[in-house]
Order: sequence, then structure tokens, then C-alpha cells
Amino acid sequence: MPSEYIFEMKNITKAFASNVVLDDVSIAIKPGEVRALMGENGAGKSTLMKILGGIYSADNGTIIIGGEQVSINSVDDARKNGVSFIHQEISNIPSMTIAENLFLGREPRNKFGLVDYKRMHNEARKALDVVDLALDTHLLLTNLSVAQQQMIEISRAISEDSKIMIMDEPTASLTTSEVNNLFEQIKRLKQNGVAIIYISHRMEETFKVCDTVTVLRDGKFIGTKNTKETNENELISMMVGREVDTIYGNRRAIGQDTILEVKNLTTEKVKDISFTLKRGEILGFSGLVGSGRTEMALGLFGIDPILSGEIIIEGKKADIKKPADAIEAGIVLVPEERKAQGLVLNHTIGTNLSFQVLTSFMNKLRVNKKKENKIVNEYKDKLSIKMTSVDQLVGELSGGNQQKVVISKWLAAKPKILILDEPTRGIDVGAKAEIYKLMSDLTKEGVSIIMISSELPEIINNSSRIAVMNEGKLAAILDPEKDDISQENILSYAVIGGN
Amino acid sequence: MTMNKQQATSKAVTSSRATNPLINWIKKNLGAIIALAILVVILTITTETFMVKNNLLSVLRQVCVNSFIAFGITCVLLAGGMDLSVGSVVAAAGVIAVQLANQNLPIVLCFAVPLLFGAFIGLINGTVISQTTLPPFIVTLSTQIIVRGVSYVLTGGQPAQSANQAFNNMGTGSVLGVPIPVLFVIVVFIILYFILYKTVFGRHLYATGGNAEAAKYSGVNTKWVKMRVYMMSGTLAALAGVVLAARLYSGQPSVGEGFERDAIAASVIGGTSFSGGIGALSGTVLGVLIIGVLNNGMNLLKINSYWQFIVKGCVILGSVYIDYLKKAKSK
Repeated sequence: MPSEYIFEMKNITKAFASNVVLDDVSIAIKPGEVRALMGENGAGKSTLMKILGGIYSADNGTIIIGGEQVSINSVDDARKNGVSFIHQEISNIPSMTIAENLFLGREPRNKFGLVDYKRMHNEARKALDVVDLALDTHLLLTNLSVAQQQMIEISRAISEDSKIMIMDEPTASLTTSEVNNLFEQIKRLKQNGVAIIYISHRMEETFKVCDTVTVLRDGKFIGTKNTKETNENELISMMVGREVDTIYGNRRAIGQDTILEVKNLTTEKVKDISFTLKRGEILGFSGLVGSGRTEMALGLFGIDPILSGEIIIEGKKADIKKPADAIEAGIVLVPEERKAQGLVLNHTIGTNLSFQVLTSFMNKLRVNKKKENKIVNEYKDKLSIKMTSVDQLVGELSGGNQQKVVISKWLAAKPKILILDEPTRGIDVGAKAEIYKLMSDLTKEGVSIIMISSELPEIINNSSRIAVMNEGKLAAILDPEKDDISQENILSYAVIGGN
Repeated sequence: MTMNKQQATSKAVTSSRATNPLINWIKKNLGAIIALAILVVILTITTETFMVKNNLLSVLRQVCVNSFIAFGITCVLLAGGMDLSVGSVVAAAGVIAVQLANQNLPIVLCFAVPLLFGAFIGLINGTVISQTTLPPFIVTLSTQIIVRGVSYVLTGGQPAQSANQAFNNMGTGSVLGVPIPVLFVIVVFIILYFILYKTVFGRHLYATGGNAEAAKYSGVNTKWVKMRVYMMSGTLAALAGVVLAARLYSGQPSVGEGFERDAIAASVIGGTSFSGGIGALSGTVLGVLIIGVLNNGMNLLKINSYWQFIVKGCVILGSVYIDYLKKAKSK
């Protein structure tokens, strides 16, 4: 008997060693349905989808596709059953061409069983045209921007012509127009009867593109709602398991004394940036990916050489040539790429956290372990980092907790100015709320924060003032007391630039 | 947004400008080509014995052994691995080949059995490396020592002389003036080129080295890729051992110490990345020639053999450094 569902996962259970990550979870989706899968990090969303995608296999439970029970033990099995997967962490081969990446694992072959490059490039061209990407298919992935690489991932999934498509945080590195393009694609796929499972931490997107939403918590199924019949707060409560009033911190008023004054800062990537930062202020930096937000911070922090301009900290001119100078002057930067730039994943929390202040508790030549433990425990409590011990490896922590370790590492250096680049990327709503609260607490202690973010709600709700960048220049600084800080206005500055 | 698209198209244009494969190849291997050219020019000017047909033929004959090993190492590096066991496999394969040749078994068997032995060692390396997370460096270091032991056990520590003329001819003979080992190298190069660039396995090998996780998520059986690439490397090292034994009329259990060094150097000089996914066989050929000409030239110039090590090390470092400068510039 044909089922009304395109696929069902029934009573799925999965444990890694003794750690149960999925406990008797069942979901069923109809053709043409877009289902959001939400939950905090570690709730089991990605694991559930990796079982459907053939990357993990379930310990228990059944998968039914098109009314028939199937067994999916490999990515290839999943593909044969019409399942395609857009992964959260961009998964491509940087040293291979666009075409080779698009068809990796399903290379077109000629009649001798050899790779048919001509057909591969032709098909790749068609796949790129569908998503409106004007790139030569012979280009190496390494030459593409992060957003372009993400679009390649998406066009790859689309070109697989699947019936079921899993998208795990597909918009994490896309600009607004690319996100809109993706939503257009989703609409088109929907009309063709493709079922889409959409994993995202961005509420806005969930309500915009999804028909239904399933919430998981701690590996358990919590509930499925129609997006038209629920709201943000209800979903957040379902995710965290308690009532939540608001996830954002309170917007701080702009203080009086100026802590930082930047005059005509120019590096190779940014031009003529001037702004002031008050004590206890959160200055949000908005703008498109590639508009120079991060590069502005890299200039301030002494990574990109400053070509001209002045940096004045508490009335004194600071000469910043390298990160050590910036730290000395009281500026620290929590970088965007947590894993690549901020943490040594296979080291313990202790060594990671104390790295920045190591010299301050060196005991002649030896690290004073007691002092290290003390500092770690202090921040563990302050930031409520969930960990088993100081000696746990950072790689074993969830994204939100990793981010807290990075932030603690820099807080231990007692900064006056804290630059946070995408502080909540890829972390769940509960951890986000804690990071916002932490930011708010820090400003109360007199720390000034520069927060760079692509998420407009985050910028709007946390910033005392909002700086908008466009093509390496500062387009505007908006004050909520006087200016229009709607998403539309910020975007228009980001796209068009200042007058 | 609009900016992004402009960038995209301008990038597309720049890439289509230099599509001539020969020019691309020269650009990619510029460091190695210049190094080789300088070496040849210097040796032609300073010695009368270098640019002579017989000397050049003997250089070619000498580089064959390193060619086979370096081809195998290149494949392993491309897949993101490392194989230190090749030098020992050379010795063991040579010993086995000579022992078979002295039984007057057909030449085909004298080749096939050692090659199977090499493939078997590769299978062991590949199995351990793909099924565990043990580092390839450690695994193949262990098999290097084990296989060295095997060749001593097989011979009782004594070199085995080969009295089989047909077998020895495989290392010393020529066809139409071209040394037989060189013909082997050409055939092997063509086969490997075909495997790397025309087969699906070749694509998967590059993908595994480029980003193993992504390859796995794309449905590539990366474990099977690794097993096969170590088997290739083992087989090629064994072929090197058989050809060397035929050239020397003997299988010596102590031969091949440090051969992995020259092979790795040749691959790296030829532009193969140590982190996997980047490199090409044609570059390795250049690397093998540079090392071969350098060895030959230093002998012709009567440079003290202790000093030869110092010179060789500097040349390798210099050539890799040029490569690094080129990459840093393009970024």
C-alpha cells in the first residue's frame, strides 16, 4: 500500500559507547514538505540525519522510504535511495576542480568505465546554472570564497536529483542574496515533490521556509509543530526544556568616557575607518561577508599591517604592530574560526585556557598547575562551562562550550576591549543566550565589546550602536536613539554603502 | 551580492586565460625545471664526460630504481599517506627474485613472486593504516624493520649471486639501444598516469588525500583507497628491487637503506604536497632526474662522497623553498 509519507524513520536509537545520543526517535515526512529539525547542540539532530545519510548506522530502528523498508549502510546506499546531504562543515576537496567535486563519488563514466571529463564538465555547467553561479567548472575549490564553496555544495545536492534532501546549516556562510537564492531553490524543489529536512539555528529562516518543525532534546523526540501554529518562544522552550523569556541580553546605553578612538585606520583590506568606542559599550559591526568587518578587527589587533591611521586607547596613542602589542594595550580578539584560530582541540581545557596568561603563572620554568586549575575553575563557574575536568580535551566539548573556553582564554588576559568575531556561529540557542548574558555582564564590569556578526537580530538586539561596513569602508554608524535600526535599513547600508 | 557575482566572473575569466596544459605544467614545475637545467648546464661546461651518450644512458639506468619507488611514494603522498617500508621491500624483493632465478624458474615468475610479496607488504601497511588511526609514519617504520629482517632471514645475511643470464639481462640489457629498465619505467609511468587521471579510483585517490572526511561523505570508500595505494607502493618498490638485483647480478639483503629518502625527495621536488591531494607523476619524473643527475655529476666532478650528502640536502631544501616562494606569492 503506498504510504502518504515519502520517508519514515521509526524508533531510531543510537549510542556512542555508553553515551545514548538518540533514544527511540521517530519522524515521518510527506513529499514536498520542508521540515525544520531543531534542538540544542548535542540534541541529536545531526546524528539522526547522518543515519539517514548513511554516515552512521542506527543501533535500532527502521527506515522506510517510498513505503518500503530499506537498509542504509553507506553514503552510496543513501544516494541510491534518493537521499542527498548538504553538510554543515563545508565538505569539499580544495585541491580539486568544481566539476570533480560536484561528481565526487558518482563520476560519469564512458563505455570503458573511465572518467568522462567532458560529460562531467557539461553536467557541472548545468548544475551551476541552476543555482545561478557563473563560475568556470575547471576552477579549483581553493580559489573560491567560502560562500561560493557553500553554493557548490548546494548545487551538488540539487544535481543529485534526490527525493529527500538534508540541509545541515546551509546558510551559515551565505550572504543575503545567496540565502534568497537558496530559498528559491527550496521552493522549486518543494513543487517537484522533494522532501527537505532543514537543520538551522536561525529561527527567522525556520519560519520563512519550513512547513513543520520537529524539536529534539537530549536525543529524545519532543514534538512536531506546524510553523504557522507556533512561535519562537514556544520552540525555544521546547528546545531548552524550560520557559525562556528572551534569548537576547539587554541593549546597553552608550557610556560617557571614550576608551578607544580609531582614526582613519587603513590596511590593505579596509580604508579610512574612524569610530569611537565608549566604556561598557557593545558596538555591533554588520555588513556582508567580505565587506571588511573581520579585516578591520585584524588591523586593530595587529595581524594585518596598518598602512595609515591612528589608534588611541584611553587618550594614549597605541602603536600596534603585532598581536602582542594589541594585547599589551588591552585589546583581545576572539576569532571567527573557533577551531582553526582559537583552540588546540586535542589539548586539555586547562592548557587551552591558560595559554594566554601562561607567563603570569609560570613557576620559574614550570607551569604552576595549581594556579592553572584555579583560573580554569574560576571561568568554568563564571561562564558555566559544561566539562568533566580541567584535563578534558577541548575537542570533546560542544560548540557552545568550546566558544566559552575561547572567550575565557582571552578574558583571563583581563582586556579592556574585547573583539568578538561571529561569537555565536554554529552554537545553539541556549548557549547563545548564555554568551549574550556574558557579554552584557562584561560590559557592566566596564569591558567594551566590538561584536562582528552576520546575524541581524543578534546585532540589533545586543548592540549599543551599530557600525555597518560596505566594501572595506564604514558606511554608517547607527544609534538606536536617533536612527532607524530596522533590518532593512542596515541591509541597505550594507549593500549600497554610505552616501 | 552584486559584488560577489562580479568577483565570480572575473575569476572565471582569469582561469580560462592559461589553459594550455604545457604552459601550466611548466609554470607548476618551474623550480624543478630551472634546477635541472642549471645542473645540466654546469655539468656540461665543467666536465667533458657528462654530455656523452654512454654517461647519459647510465644515468637513465641508475634513476630507474628510484623512479619506481618514487612513483609509489607519490601515489601514497597524494592519498595523504606515507610509506617508509619501501627501502626494505627493495632488498627483500631482490633477494627473492635472485633465489627464484637461481632455481632457473621462468623470468615471469622471478618478477611475479617478488611483486606479489611487495603487494602483500602493502596490504599489511594499508590494512593497519586504514582500519586504525595509527600514523602511517609509525606503521611503515615498523614494517620497514620487519621486512629488513625478512631479507636477512631469507639469505642468512649473505648476498645471493645470480647466475641466471636471462634474469640479469633484465637489468643490464638494452632493446634498440634503450636500457630495458628504462622501458619498464616508461610502461609503468603510462599505466600509473592512466590510473591516476582516467579512472575513478584515481579521482578517489586525490580526493582522499585532499580531504578524507569530505571524500567519505561523498561516498568514497577511503579505506579501500588507502589499502590499494599502499599495495601499489609495495608492488612498485618490489619491482625496483627486482630490477636492481638484475642489474647487480645479486640480491643483497642490506641494499636499499635510505632509498625512501631519495624517493620522498624526488616526489617533493616534483611538487607533491606532503599534506596530500596535490601533485603529479610528471613532476616526480623531474625530481628523480634532478637527484640522478646530481649524483652522477658529483661523481664525475670527483666530489668527496661525504660532501655529496651535504650538497644533496641543500639542493632538496633549495628546490622545495623555491616552490614555497612561488606558492606564497600566488596567495
